[in-house]
Amino acid sequence: MDDAIVLQASHICKNFHDPVVVKVLDDISLTINQGEFIAITGKSGCGKSTLLYILSTMDTDYEGELSIGREIMRGKSEKQLALVRNGKIGFVFQFHYLLNEFTALENVMLPGLKLGRYKEEEVKERAMEHLRKLDVEKLADKKSNQLSGGEKQRVAIARALINDPEIIMCDEPTGNLDKKNSLIVFDIFRQLAEEHHQTLLVVTHDGDFAKKTHRIIEMGDGKIMKQ
Amino acid sequence: MNIRLISRIAVALLFARWKQTLVAAIGVTFSITMFIALLSFMSGLNNLLDGLMLNRTAHIRIFNEIKPNLHQPVHLLGEFKKRYNFIRSVKAGSSRQAIYNSGAITQVLNRDSRVRGVAPKITAPVFFNDGAIDITGVIYGIDVTAESNLFHFSEYVVSCNPLDLKNIPNSIILGEGLAAKLMAGIGDVVLVTTVTQEQFSLKVVGFFRSGVQELDKVQSFASIGTAQKILGKPVDYITDIQVKLNNMDLAPAMAKEYAQLFQADAEDIQAANAQFETGSFVRTLISYLVGITLLIVAGFGIYNILNMMIYEKMDSIAILKATGFSGRDVNLIFMTIALSIGLFGGLMGLLFGFLFSLVIDQIPFITVALPTVTTYPVDYNPVFYFIGFSFSTVTTCLAGWAPARKASGMDPVIIIRGK
Repeated sequence: MDDAIVLQASHICKNFHDPVVVKVLDDISLTINQGEFIAITGKSGCGKSTLLYILSTMDTDYEGELSIGREIMRGKSEKQLALVRNGKIGFVFQFHYLLNEFTALENVMLPGLKLGRYKEEEVKERAMEHLRKLDVEKLADKKSNQLSGGEKQRVAIARALINDPEIIMCDEPTGNLDKKNSLIVFDIFRQLAEEHHQTLLVVTHDGDFAKKTHRIIEMGDGKIMKQ
Repeated sequence: MNIRLISRIAVALLFARWKQTLVAAIGVTFSITMFIALLSFMSGLNNLLDGLMLNRTAHIRIFNEIKPNLHQPVHLLGEFKKRYNFIRSVKAGSSRQAIYNSGAITQVLNRDSRVRGVAPKITAPVFFNDGAIDITGVIYGIDVTAESNLFHFSEYVVSCNPLDLKNIPNSIILGEGLAAKLMAGIGDVVLVTTVTQEQFSLKVVGFFRSGVQELDKVQSFASIGTAQKILGKPVDYITDIQVKLNNMDLAPAMAKEYAQLFQADAEDIQAANAQFETGSFVRTLISYLVGITLLIVAGFGIYNILNMMIYEKMDSIAILKATGFSGRDVNLIFMTIALSIGLFGGLMGLLFGFLFSLVIDQIPFITVALPTVTTYPVDYNPVFYFIGFSFSTVTTCLAGWAPARKASGMDPVIIIRGK
C-alpha cells in the first residue's frame, strides 16, 4: 500500500568533521510503513542513534532525502521542522527527560497545548486517558521528580502519544530501566503496535527486546547490514 | 494560546528557582529605588538652590541704564558723520531712571502670549536714620501680589502677612539684618531720608529673609505707591519692569526684541546668572550617571542568573525542542523570564523609591537662610519614575537577550547525546 508509507529515507549519508572526516552513515535507505514495529540494533558507535536523530528531523546536517508522511524535510525552516516534530513524531528517550517543574499530567499536556489542535480541557482529558491506558493515572498530579524511573518512562510514552503522532521514535527506551520495568515498557509498545496500529521505531542494543519486534534493522559501520 | 503556554512555562521555570529569581529582582529593585531616591533628592536640592537666586530673578528686566547718550551731536554733523569721533568725558546728564511710558509697556507685555507675568518695581536708595547714624539702604517699591505670584516674595517674608504692605499705608518690610541694626520690631516706626534730603516715617510690618545675609542688611520693601511718595514722583514712575516668561530659554532673544521695541535696556537671566545653570546641570548629570551605573550592575546580575538557569535547564530546553517547540519559542520563554524579573523588580523599585523619597522628605533640615524649608527638599517628578522604569525594562531586555539567544540556538541532539 503506497499511501501507508510513514517515513521514507533514501541515500542518507553523514560525516563527522571533527577532527578528521569520519563517515558515520553511509548511503542508508529505509522505508517505514504504517503500523510497523521496528527495532534498529547494532553495536555502540555504529551510527544507530545518529540515524534516529536524522530521521527525527532534529539533526539537519546530512546528505540524502528524508520525507515524513510524504512531506520532504529538506529545505524546511527550523520552525517548520519543530512543527513536524510536534505534530507527527513522538519521542521517548533513554533518560526520561520530563520537565521537573511540571506535574506528570502537565508534562503530557505540553506538546498538545503547543500544537493547539484541541482546547485545553480536551488536551487534559486526552492526557488523562493516555495516562490511564499506561496505568499511571494516579501519578498525574505528582511532580515529575517524585516519580520512579519506570513511572517516568511511562509518562514519557504518554507524552509521545498525546498528538496522535504518525510515528514514535525511541532511543534506548529501556536502557536505563531494570528487567521488570523493561518488560512493562515493551508490553506497552507491543500493545500500541498491535492494538492501536501505532508505528514505532526503536533504537536499542538490547537483543532480547529487538527480537520481539516485527522487523529488525541491524546496523554496522554506518550501513544497514540486515533487514 | 501560544503566548499563554510560553508564559506558563516561563513562570514554572521562574518559580522552580524562586530564590535566585528573587535575588535578581531585588537587584533591580535596589537600583531603581536608589535611582528614584537619588534623583528626587538631587533635583529637590537643585531646585532649592537655584530657587535661592533664580526664583527671585526676573527672566527679563527692563530698565534704563545710567549711561551717556549714544547719539552725541557730533555724530549728526554732516562733516563728521563718516568719521570715527573720539569724545572724552561725556556725562550721563540727561538720562533718567524712570521708564518712559511704563503703563503702555506693561499692557503690551501682558498681551504677549510668551509672558507669564509682569511685575513693576521702583528702586529708591535711602538712608535709614538710627539716632545720629545714617545707614545706607534701598527701598524697593513692589506690587506685592504680582511679586508673590511671580517671584515667591511671600516665602521669604517672616512673621507677618505680606499683604499688610499693600493694606497698611506707609508701611515697610525690613531685611532681617537691617532690622537688627535699627533694633526695630513689628509696629515700630523707622525714619528714612531720601537722597534729596526729604524725611519719611514708615511703619514696620514684617521682616524679609532672603538667605543672602549681605542683601538683608540693605534691602527693604514698600508698596509701589509708598515708594513713589518717598521719592516724590508721580504714579507712573517705575524704574524696572520685571518679566517672567513661560519658557526661560527664550529670554535672551526676547530681551533683545524688547530693548528694540521699548527703547530701553533689557537684561536676560542667562546673562545675569550664568553660573547657576552650569551647577545644576553638573549635579543632575552626576546623579543620572550613578543611577544608570546601578542599573547596569543589576543588569549583569540578571544576565548571570539567566545564564546559570540555562545551563541548569539544558535538559528541559532539549526536551522542549524535541517535542516541537521552536528556537523562537525557547527564546520567548527566556525573554519572558528576564522581562518578568525586570518588570517586577522595576515596579517594586518605583514603589520603594517613592517610599524612600517620602522618608527623605521627613528628615528635618532647618537652615537660617531658608525660612520656608524645614525638611530636606524632594522633587516628586514623574519623569524620574518614567525614566527609571523604562531603563529597567531596557536593561533587563539587553541582559536577557544574549542568554535567550544562546538557549534558542542550543542543539538538542548535542544535549541528548551528551548524557
